[in-house]
Amino acid sequence: MTAGVPLLNVEHLTMRFGGLVAIDDVSFAAQSGQITGIIGPNGAGKTTLFNCITGFYKPTVGRVALTAAGETHLLERLDGHIIAKTARVARTFQNIRLFPGMSLLENLIVAQHNKLMRASGFTVLGLLGLPIYRHAEVRAKELALDWLRRVQLIDLADQPAGSLPYGGQRRLEIARAMCTDPVLLCLDEPAAGLNPRESAELNELLLGIRDEYKIGILLIEHDMSVVMKICDHIVVLDYGRKIADGGPDAIRKDPAVIRAYLGEDEAA
Amino acid sequence: MQMMQTKSGPTFMNAMMAKDLAVTTFIAFSLSFLLVGFQTLALQGQQLSYINHLGDVAWSVVLVVLGRYGLLVDREGAHRITLVVCGVAAIYLIGSAVAGLAEVTWYAMLPLPFAQPMVNGIFGAGAAILAVRAASNMVTRRATMMSVEQREAYETRRNRLNRKFSQTVGPIMVLLAIFMPITPWGDRGRVDTLVVILTSVMLGWGLNIVVGLAGLLDLGYVAFYAVGAYTYAKMSIGFGWDFWQTLPFAGLFAAMFGVALGFPVLRLRGDYLAIVTLGFGEMIRIVLLNWTDFTSGAQGISGIPYMDFFGIPFIREPQEGQQSFAKLFGVEYSLDHRIYFTYYVILCLALITNFVTIRLRKLPIGRAWEALREDEIACRALGVNPRNTKLTAFGIGAMFAGFAGAFYATRLGFIAPFSFTFDVSAGILAFVVLGGMGSQVGVALAAIILVGLPEVTRELQLYRALIYGCAMVLIMLWRPRGLLSHREPTIYAMPAKSRFFGLWK
Repeated sequence: MTAGVPLLNVEHLTMRFGGLVAIDDVSFAAQSGQITGIIGPNGAGKTTLFNCITGFYKPTVGRVALTAAGETHLLERLDGHIIAKTARVARTFQNIRLFPGMSLLENLIVAQHNKLMRASGFTVLGLLGLPIYRHAEVRAKELALDWLRRVQLIDLADQPAGSLPYGGQRRLEIARAMCTDPVLLCLDEPAAGLNPRESAELNELLLGIRDEYKIGILLIEHDMSVVMKICDHIVVLDYGRKIADGGPDAIRKDPAVIRAYLGEDEAA
Repeated sequence: MQMMQTKSGPTFMNAMMAKDLAVTTFIAFSLSFLLVGFQTLALQGQQLSYINHLGDVAWSVVLVVLGRYGLLVDREGAHRITLVVCGVAAIYLIGSAVAGLAEVTWYAMLPLPFAQPMVNGIFGAGAAILAVRAASNMVTRRATMMSVEQREAYETRRNRLNRKFSQTVGPIMVLLAIFMPITPWGDRGRVDTLVVILTSVMLGWGLNIVVGLAGLLDLGYVAFYAVGAYTYAKMSIGFGWDFWQTLPFAGLFAAMFGVALGFPVLRLRGDYLAIVTLGFGEMIRIVLLNWTDFTSGAQGISGIPYMDFFGIPFIREPQEGQQSFAKLFGVEYSLDHRIYFTYYVILCLALITNFVTIRLRKLPIGRAWEALREDEIACRALGVNPRNTKLTAFGIGAMFAGFAGAFYATRLGFIAPFSFTFDVSAGILAFVVLGGMGSQVGVALAAIILVGLPEVTRELQLYRALIYGCAMVLIMLWRPRGLLSHREPTIYAMPAKSRFFGLWK
């Protein structure tokens, strides 16, 4: 699985905002079937990196190549919605972005928009009420209900998403991202604001997704109990630079990482 | 705290209330003294003179202060007495307005504050609002003591009631609309009024796609109405086509204009979008006004062919070899035929708009519109193309305005730029906002109330703007999200017992 071309290959990625260099020449690779953690102190450029990968920013310099099923997409050249549609990269947001007025089920159905749009013949066939669309909708609903069951929100399926408690909203956002059928799932601080029990459930969920769907997961997280427990591979950023890259045990002992998190000893 | 107050009973006067009333008196007096108190008169050939209406000033100050006092006493907890006094006053004063409309002369003999029945009625409406307020306070005093669970249950019950209301009122309104012309009340004048109302309902439903579903605040909707009307006028006169041949083109051109407007405003949201669309609406009107060769400018286009019966005209004396509706069906010629047929055409067009909207809402495109309204960035992350989604909303919304425009042109036989001013856009937007964004029945109700009431009586026509304003303020106070604001999901996890009537929502 890990042999050959990596799923995501980020090469010499640089993002400048005027004079500010948010990401400075970062390169790393992420594999399918692995959870790649991206950690670093506040302001290290983690979310900016995500925004470059998912097309919300256009990187100043660098190449982001996604290779899945023998096809390579250069993400830095694509628009956000095309990355999600053709390269199949899904993401969640640091400050949750659900469709609060729509029901949980509808949130997950919107995630299958492109599939359903084709089935509805770009609205024309659907408007005529042809069975091809009705069947596609039934299948989409089944997928959505499966995911709702999986994140334990099935009882609230018809409630508006905005009425969910915080932890539920986090889980729903992950389920929604998974409904787009991604090859790479980017999670921006999914454990933020969760209590220890919810955090542990999240670990289970992410490991389950990794093992069952064999997709790559990119994970930004501050909660080290989550990161160290579930990540197969960790990339550490500080001031926009990559300072370390390796397995959890190596990262834990890395002097550069300790320096970035705990500060430098003057005498040393 | 509250319990103690209710035990000791409400206070009817204290220093705070006295001060409040003094301030109210001052404000009411200073506002009404010059505005109401003096009327300038230009007598023939003489200098300007004036007459005073100090009696009216006195009455308005007294009534305003009384109203304020009622509000204060009600706040103190004396709901019942406020309800009774204000209720009686409201019935008495509104009675004057009704009597004025119905030309009941004896009512004017009664001691009434103002000579104008309508003015009495307006003050009566104020009293009625106070009475309703007192009544609702009587009920909600219990509500303040509810627990969270009770309140949630109350909310759910209210939502269910809302849904039930929409589900029952919708079909009833459609049935009434279908059978109205054959009831004894269905005379030509009333049916003509209904045609105006239905056109408004259709426009409201069309705009509901853009504003209610996709959340794009469009203040220039009248532009597409105008495009439809002018397309019909030019094509029917220029090519001699009938209504049914031209209708698709009117929709098509309007949709094209909708998409053309959509392109430059793709990145704009909220207020900025509203301003640009407002400008677009004005641009279209000014082009129509100044492109004299094509549109005949301010004179407008007259002699537009009237509605025909699928190619067969409604005319009194058909020429040799020409078919006419009366001849075809072997009936006596009557103007009623055309008017009634026109009525059913607009009813069909409006219902088609309704059905298509309901259908679209349950298709991926409709869900994408609503998702776009909720969060555009999340949409992009899910692979929904925001550009196409917005453009289809603009295009389809505009298409229905184009159909309505073509209908408007064929009904009146005359169109001119002054029929397509910003007022019309604002009016249509009022239906959508007052009715409850996204609620089809709500939009229809708002359109019926706002257009219907002033149309029914000439007397009220004068007060149209006032009614609009009052309705807006009241709705914003009581139902900030519109008359029927409850949103139904487009798909359910649990199959409901009966989805049949859901069709109408």
